[in-house]
Amino acid sequence: MLNTEVMIESLPVFFAGALVTLKLLLVSLAIGLLFAIPLAVLRSSPVWWKSRSVWLFTYVIRGTPMLVQLFLIYYGLAQFEWMRQSVLWPWFSQAWFCAVLAFGINTCAYTTEIIAGAIAATSHGEVEAARAMGMDTATLYRRILLPSALRRALPAYSNEVIMMLHGTSLASIVTLADITGAARETNSKYYLPFEAFITAAAFYLCLTFVLVGMFHLAEKRWLAHLAPRT
Amino acid sequence: MLHGFLPSILQGGLVTLAVALTSLVVAVLLGLLGAGMKLSKSRALKALANVYTTVIRGVPDMVLMLLIFFGGQTIVNAAAQKAGYEGYIDINPFIAGVITIGFIFGAYLTETFRGAIMAVPPGQREAGIAYGMSNTQVFLRIVLPQMVRFAIPSFANNWLVLVKSTALVSVIGLGDMMQRAGLAAGATREPFTFYTAVALLYLAITTVSVLLLRQLERRYSLGVKAAVLR
Repeated sequence: MLNTEVMIESLPVFFAGALVTLKLLLVSLAIGLLFAIPLAVLRSSPVWWKSRSVWLFTYVIRGTPMLVQLFLIYYGLAQFEWMRQSVLWPWFSQAWFCAVLAFGINTCAYTTEIIAGAIAATSHGEVEAARAMGMDTATLYRRILLPSALRRALPAYSNEVIMMLHGTSLASIVTLADITGAARETNSKYYLPFEAFITAAAFYLCLTFVLVGMFHLAEKRWLAHLAPRT
Repeated sequence: MLHGFLPSILQGGLVTLAVALTSLVVAVLLGLLGAGMKLSKSRALKALANVYTTVIRGVPDMVLMLLIFFGGQTIVNAAAQKAGYEGYIDINPFIAGVITIGFIFGAYLTETFRGAIMAVPPGQREAGIAYGMSNTQVFLRIVLPQMVRFAIPSFANNWLVLVKSTALVSVIGLGDMMQRAGLAAGATREPFTFYTAVALLYLAITTVSVLLLRQLERRYSLGVKAAVLR
């Protein structure tokens, strides 16, 4: 049925692709998380314009496909003369940089909402107790709200990470040789679509299982206080 | 406006909507079938449904779409050759897109519907049986109208993700908004303008969907008192 010879022969290309996929995933997740934490704090602010402006950002990003966002950055920015003249152009003309930027912005928006939701779910008494101890807002966030909110965000965040892993497959459209890129190359080389894309699917499935397993361990470690007691 | 490309983009918008709605029908049917299998007594059916939801949710939509588009091409042509057909058959990207997106979101909706069916109190079903209704009647008259309310929140999320994933059909050459924006961008050298227009159209579809689904949720929650949270 399947031509296993070709599949085995093209494995090195797929492993190289897996490395690219993981790099894209980790860098964009890092960017996203870095900006998502302060944005989530702003999103939870009682000052309406702070909360609403962050909401507008997440609404626009979450309401449009990541492919459109990627194309806006990768193809779109070249439309502007000032962009092509700017010192940033060497970066923005690279597919890798644009992909990481688009993925980072996208996951940032989703992560912001996840963390803001977790902050909103903090129990009333915890904040009251912290206030009674005389904590100011910065200390309250650092010691009380964020440590517990970030833990409670873990299960939802694991879904977001899996979604991002799958999202990185868009990188192959802007010429990057990730797992999907390896599959497209194999398909055009041998004209064996099943062998190429089933191998890619198996790679993604394995990565998904590994990530799910890692989050499971993380939840055991950091959410132990919420686990049902038996 | 838009150098006269606006009508073309709007036509692409209709293609996008057609792909999204047709895939939704496929997904709902597959989702109901999957939920029925997962809730059935047969072990084989349960296992089959589990493989379906696990594999589909573990592989990126891009990879599945390329697999079905290119793989389908190979299968159709091999079959045609065996049947004695000489020419080459091109697979319709609309059909490949609808099958892929329907298949993917069928897996997500399986979980949605399974949860919603389980949320209908068992006494309701038993009462239906006691009245002498057949299984189909119990499902159509008792379970279905009541499960809608439980299914809507998760269904709404899945629909929003589904709409955005239709942007991928441009990759296999269907003339949706994305693909037409790409053509217009190539002709005018103004990619930013056109991809922004597409982003705004997606945002409009998302916003209208959210409003409509909110109405639907209200309609199906008539007669249910919401819990009052202090």
